[in-house]
Amino acid sequence: MPETFIFYAFSAMAIIASTLVIGQRNPMYSVLLLIASFGALSALYIQLNAPFVAVAQIIIYAGAIMVLFLFVVMLLNAPREDAAEWDRSHPLQHPNIGRFGALLAALLVVQLAWALTKVSELETPVGARADGASVGSVLEMGRILFTRHTFAFEATSVLILVAMVGAVVLARREGSNQ
Amino acid sequence: MIPLSYYLIVSAVLFAIGTAGVFLRRNLITILLSIEIMLNAVNLSFVAFGRYAGDLDGQIITFFVMTVAAAEAAVGLALIIALFRQRESLNPDAFTSLKW
Repeated sequence: MPETFIFYAFSAMAIIASTLVIGQRNPMYSVLLLIASFGALSALYIQLNAPFVAVAQIIIYAGAIMVLFLFVVMLLNAPREDAAEWDRSHPLQHPNIGRFGALLAALLVVQLAWALTKVSELETPVGARADGASVGSVLEMGRILFTRHTFAFEATSVLILVAMVGAVVLARREGSNQ
Repeated sequence: MIPLSYYLIVSAVLFAIGTAGVFLRRNLITILLSIEIMLNAVNLSFVAFGRYAGDLDGQIITFFVMTVAAAEAAVGLALIIALFRQRESLNPDAFTSLKW
């Protein structure tokens, strides 16, 4: 069954790439692996009949945000994480904090597993209730975005403006105030 | 067809990976990347739930999450650049001046 195979292939790719992202010492490799993970996720979105989200994922995430990250990694000449320093200074190396962290991690796993057993009763396939054409249509999505969610959309533009001004102010060099 | 719970399991695994990254890594850039992984995990479950419920609100909130992620990345990276200028380091332990 090709559909199931595609799902497993891209899920595995997303999970493996994300695991490698947090396993790399060099941030450059992390950023490039994260792009692979986003590509796999966008394939999952296409399978979920969400072409707009899939394309936005590639353009905004892999295209814009990750390029921003790459710029910063190259600009700072990104120092690699030092394994010896990790062993010496990581807070989780402290026995009490480490124990507390392990407790929190176990709690998160239990919580996620509990939530998933709750939803696993919903064995109905995704899309069983969808009425086909209207879901996934970009036209319909634009209509809803500009009618029911107009305020949120406009608020987003203010947020982006604030973020832009904030980024410029924060990254400005001290002493160039004129 | 793939059951909803499969997508949610993938989403939960990705979220757990992102959380682990935030707690385990000692590099500000990798920590921000882990936050992006967590945001994407949540996006996946939004889209899956939207498809399951048969309406478009899941995809629309994903769109908003993406814009917020873009704003967060811009401000976060600006902060990283400013911090790196002060300390020549990306290790979060280097920025403890405000610690009591």
